[in-house]
Amino acid sequence: MPGKLKVKIVAGRHLPVMDRASDLTDAFVEVKFGNTTFKTDVYPKSLNPQWNSEWFKFEVDDEELQDEPLQITVLDHDTYSANDAIGKVYIDIDPLLYSEAATVISGWFPIYDTIHGIRGEINVVVKVDLFNDLNRFRQSSCGVKFFCTTSIPKCYRAVIIHGFVEELVVNEDPEYQWIDRIRTPRASNEARQRLISLMSGELQRKIGLKVLEMRGNAVVGYLQCFDLEGESGLVVRAIGTACTLDKLSNTSAFLPACNSPSKEMKESPLVHPPSHGCRSTHNSPIHTATGSRLTQNFSVSVPTLIYTGMGSGSAGKEGGPFKTLLRQQTQSALEQREFPFFTLTTFPPGFLVHVGGVVSARSVKLLDRIHNPDEPETRDAWWAEIRQEIKSHAKALGCHAVVGYSESTSICEEVCILSASGTAAVLNPRFLQDGTMEGCLEQRIEEASPPGCGFCHIPYDELNMPFPAHLTYCYNCRKQKVPDVLFTTIDLPVEAIVVGKGCLIQARLCRLKKKAQAEANATSISNLLPFMEYEVHTQLMNKLKLRGMNALFGLRIQITVGENMLMGLASATGVYLAALPTPGGIQIAGKTPNDATYDQHISHMQKKINDTIAKNKELYEINPPELPEEIIGSPIPEPRQRSRLLRSQSESSDEVTELDLSHGKKDAFVLEIDDTDAMEDVHSLLTDVPPPSGFYSCNTEIMPGINNWTPEIQMFTAVRVSRLSTINPTNQTLNKNFNDLCENLLKSLYFKLRSMVPCCLCHVNFTVALPEDELVQIAVTAVAITYDKNQALQANKAPTEKSQQRASTDNEEQLQFPLELCSDPLSSQPFSPAKEVLEGASSHTGIPAAQRATSVDYSSFADRCNSWIELIKLKAQTIRRGSIKTTTSLEKASPLAEGYLRHRSVPSCTNSTVSVVKMTPLSFLPGAKITKYLGIINMFFIRETTSLREEGGVSGFLHAFIAEVFAMVRAHVAALGGNAVVSYIMKQCVFMENPNKNQAQCLINVSGDAVIFVRESELEMLPVQPSTAAPQPTSSAGDVTT
Amino acid sequence: MSSDLDVFVGNTTLIDEEVYRLWLDGHSVAEAVARRLRGGVLEREGTSVAVLQSDTRDHYRTFQMLERLLHAPPRLLQQLLFQIPPERQALLVQRYYAFDEALARELLGKKLSKGTKKELDEVSARTGVGIRSCRRQFDNFKRVFKAVEELRGPLAENIQQLFLLDYAAIVFFANSRFETGKRRLQFLSFADFAACAQSMMGHWSQGALGEPPDPRAPEAAEPDGDLPKSFLQDLKELKVLVADKDLLDQHKSLVCSALRGKISVYNELEANFKALSRALVNVGGKLTHARDVRDFFVDLVEKVIEPCRSDKWSPGDLRLFLTHYTAARHQALWERYMAAITACLLRMYHD
Repeated sequence: MPGKLKVKIVAGRHLPVMDRASDLTDAFVEVKFGNTTFKTDVYPKSLNPQWNSEWFKFEVDDEELQDEPLQITVLDHDTYSANDAIGKVYIDIDPLLYSEAATVISGWFPIYDTIHGIRGEINVVVKVDLFNDLNRFRQSSCGVKFFCTTSIPKCYRAVIIHGFVEELVVNEDPEYQWIDRIRTPRASNEARQRLISLMSGELQRKIGLKVLEMRGNAVVGYLQCFDLEGESGLVVRAIGTACTLDKLSNTSAFLPACNSPSKEMKESPLVHPPSHGCRSTHNSPIHTATGSRLTQNFSVSVPTLIYTGMGSGSAGKEGGPFKTLLRQQTQSALEQREFPFFTLTTFPPGFLVHVGGVVSARSVKLLDRIHNPDEPETRDAWWAEIRQEIKSHAKALGCHAVVGYSESTSICEEVCILSASGTAAVLNPRFLQDGTMEGCLEQRIEEASPPGCGFCHIPYDELNMPFPAHLTYCYNCRKQKVPDVLFTTIDLPVEAIVVGKGCLIQARLCRLKKKAQAEANATSISNLLPFMEYEVHTQLMNKLKLRGMNALFGLRIQITVGENMLMGLASATGVYLAALPTPGGIQIAGKTPNDATYDQHISHMQKKINDTIAKNKELYEINPPELPEEIIGSPIPEPRQRSRLLRSQSESSDEVTELDLSHGKKDAFVLEIDDTDAMEDVHSLLTDVPPPSGFYSCNTEIMPGINNWTPEIQMFTAVRVSRLSTINPTNQTLNKNFNDLCENLLKSLYFKLRSMVPCCLCHVNFTVALPEDELVQIAVTAVAITYDKNQALQANKAPTEKSQQRASTDNEEQLQFPLELCSDPLSSQPFSPAKEVLEGASSHTGIPAAQRATSVDYSSFADRCNSWIELIKLKAQTIRRGSIKTTTSLEKASPLAEGYLRHRSVPSCTNSTVSVVKMTPLSFLPGAKITKYLGIINMFFIRETTSLREEGGVSGFLHAFIAEVFAMVRAHVAALGGNAVVSYIMKQCVFMENPNKNQAQCLINVSGDAVIFVRESELEMLPVQPSTAAPQPTSSAGDVTT
Repeated sequence: MSSDLDVFVGNTTLIDEEVYRLWLDGHSVAEAVARRLRGGVLEREGTSVAVLQSDTRDHYRTFQMLERLLHAPPRLLQQLLFQIPPERQALLVQRYYAFDEALARELLGKKLSKGTKKELDEVSARTGVGIRSCRRQFDNFKRVFKAVEELRGPLAENIQQLFLLDYAAIVFFANSRFETGKRRLQFLSFADFAACAQSMMGHWSQGALGEPPDPRAPEAAEPDGDLPKSFLQDLKELKVLVADKDLLDQHKSLVCSALRGKISVYNELEANFKALSRALVNVGGKLTHARDVRDFFVDLVEKVIEPCRSDKWSPGDLRLFLTHYTAARHQALWERYMAAITACLLRMYHD
């Protein structure tokens, strides 16, 4: 499919002054694609040039279309010397290559320079005409859709979920080429930005080819990362889940897919691909890397812990045969795949049958030993090794698949830690391939595993347990065995029955290591890793129990390597699953029982712990229904070598003078305090402060126990760099400092967002980096969403005995809360009431129009003066119309068309206000329906300065840069015709400074899905006026844009 | 453990009104933190001083970045860097350009020059407005003045379009250089002068005639900040009212007969009529000379307001007198002239 790319340069505005003499600029534009360049005329002496160029046409094949970015450079013409570059805009034209996404890119883009930041804006229109070509041996994969979202996108239905796709490309890093010594920082940065853009395009095209080979049409949960290896190169790698998606075309399909999952799925015909036995999952062509080559690379494989709820037990009696049958069939479906991995974290109902637990693998590699650094073979082999390990871990848990799968790296000098983790699971084969067994199985599967608890039931064999554990019968169905604790990397399944609310749980850890070189360094790191994993696990377990909860979702463990230390940060969302047993408390056992004061101290601590648990239970509303004590577990006493962490079945310990029976009865978790370290650990457990009242937090898509969101959201990124320096750093002091750093950061977030209370921080994503000795960098991206407290209370009161709630993402529930809250910001949020607004100033200065009339004969003056403000307010109304409950006027009845007009508004209309673009790390927008996915946003920026102090120091520099990145993302989305980015993620934020030289550099990589959303309230309006322009939101959006 | 780098960036830019106020008042971060502490945030939110410092610094950085845009308010609407809801944008501009009346009163009629800027230290001490805030407000005046200097058309509307706010009075005064600093004028507030400026522009400027400005007329090309020359020239014709004794007597008898019994200070009026009338007419006649223009308010106070006050006229008396004094003659020019003079005098007639 060769195509014709057409570009038109319309105008510029707010350009910087390039000619000091005249205070003006003679700007022109270069438009470059591949090797072809066009130029506009010079528009002399203006900071707001109107080029209105002709259409520049590039005739290119689609392979090029996929790989290359469109590069627009704005320059200042200079008759006597070289033209000065003002800045550039890179436009990824991929969204124009598939039919259902955007058809035109048109709008104002910030002109970006890697040294000066944003310098004015340029208005550009881009179109692509694709010609059909029946060449089967094509190298392009136009038409395959990409989604960052780790669930099936809202306006699609999964016909088949094919499975894992991955790809990796390597190139020399321009920053390390010889030429970098002689070129300017700007040239170097631009070379790097362009290269990464090219590599991303190539990577995406190659993954697309694999998807086509698998007969899929989309990649969901697409995660692309960069490894800045330094001397050995620049790696761009990506993983994702290949799917065949079907666009939901009618409004009825908008109704929640999970409303009646089984029924709907039976009705929906399955598309059987003619041949599913493709070998396409043979991912890396060089998979068969020879052993000899590998031995040249130093590699240490780290023994990995398998986290799970520790449990075992035979499959329930009734369910047994089906389970076996199911397993066999799933197995057959999955065994054709090299890696039965899924990057999804949320699944269609019925897809997830059982969850085994978290599996993870890490391996330490030396980058300077790569035999052939420019080729991807070695890295492919590394990852293949790790994936193999993950696969075998999953097998050990009786699972054939891994869901919520992700990969990451941490690099320090020549050492690289590769990590992979996921959740071992048993899946329903129905989605994986043709549905031959479906007819006979489906009914029974549903019987065998009740939706609310089925996924908790153990997949492994009770008699042949992979690890020592403690099982009980499911507290929900009483038929199957469940573990006492469940850890997973996925989101809480929609159908899960939970008690109370969830909360963010973090384990934080520092470990010093000696500075060393090469093998010695790698060996010491790999020796430390298992201990860190163990400690992280212990911390998570303790903190979970401290909150009276029994399961973790969205678990993400990040191990970061630095020169002289390793840091571990695990984040997850704790929750009380009704199907699992009530967690026991934590008991402290002293080592020297004779000492009276010591005993007193111990019992004091015990009391504190018990108090904390009680408080947390109240805070998170964990009041599980009382169950008769008929449930018999099959505890298997375990010989544990590690001494500090002991589990026992001791009925309430006698040394505790505790009253709380709820965790006195159950078997408790005993912490033995045998040295000061242990004491510190217990102390640190208690330092986690709960969020201030009105705040909740989680790192998953949905907050368990809260579902009445209002549409008010605030996405943010916060970055902190701190020195953990102490004169003689010990693990304890470092741990404490690191812990304080994280806690203070959270505290600061709560304070910043206090005006949004009651609210929940969702998808809280921490990333840790160690840019230099003792410097720790923490970056957090999350979204704060306000929820309706009153409704929550009502919902709780209504079913009084039903303290169990469905943790529901269900959009249909979201749309039921009133949107009035945000409808009139003026009335709901008055300008600071009178206090110091006027401060002696006359009536005009701070008074909103509504109150204006009070003033004296001077008021007519004030009247006129307010007119501009009126104008702004008027515009506010127009913009807000998108979010307020609309009345039945005809004009307002078609918000879609209006939104369309707004975004496509004529660029020359310079008075138009900037359209609002929402950003969120979640896959949905509360109170809104996503009607269209416009394509993936994947942007990489470098910013550098040689005048750090003048730009406000490191904070000023990074503050401006992050704001610029947001602005560029928003501009691209708006140009695609969208009004939001979902599944937004900041994948990398690499910050380096050299204060002595007054220099700093930062690299940021972000991605997400550009979408069009429509407010629920507006959607409701649509059917009322079917005759107007936009009768059907889903399909019409596509029609309108074409 | 110190945080070297500490930033928070929201997709929607967070604006804290309290911190904005502190920033506008010219407080340093440390002072702002101290003030917020005194305001009791810690107790209310249960947070720490470190958090408050970090938060304040974040806001200050944001405001510093925004300041560039606030210098040209319409750009704030178009810029892409900060996503700020329109009503918040309006608030930012309103607050940024709001001024302390005490300061404005000091600066009224002064040349917005470097010299004046240097005197701001004293002004700051006199008015109690922080010096940094004084400088910012001074720069605001200057920026507005400079921006509308070159523009055609109604001054107030121009300013509204560019800056949204009521700077017309200040610009009008800076343009005409009326004397406002004399001791006998101290009793007048900024609001008084602003109201006078509004009346004068309202009644006397070209746009006020209610007819489209004649493009051929010389004053059509003049900025609205200056009073139209032809109008001022015409005012000279009014002198005949006091120069011609018959006319003056006729005027007096008309006014007196109308007011007899209706006004408590009738005798004083009758005695002072000629002096008052001379003062009222001459003020207008002098407006053609820049030097005399300066004395406009001084003359009004000295020759009209002070005599009336010493004779204990009530404001009602003055209003009644001016109404009939104006009505006694039917002439468009006269009515146009007296409308502004009446409004000014009534506004200024207080203690």
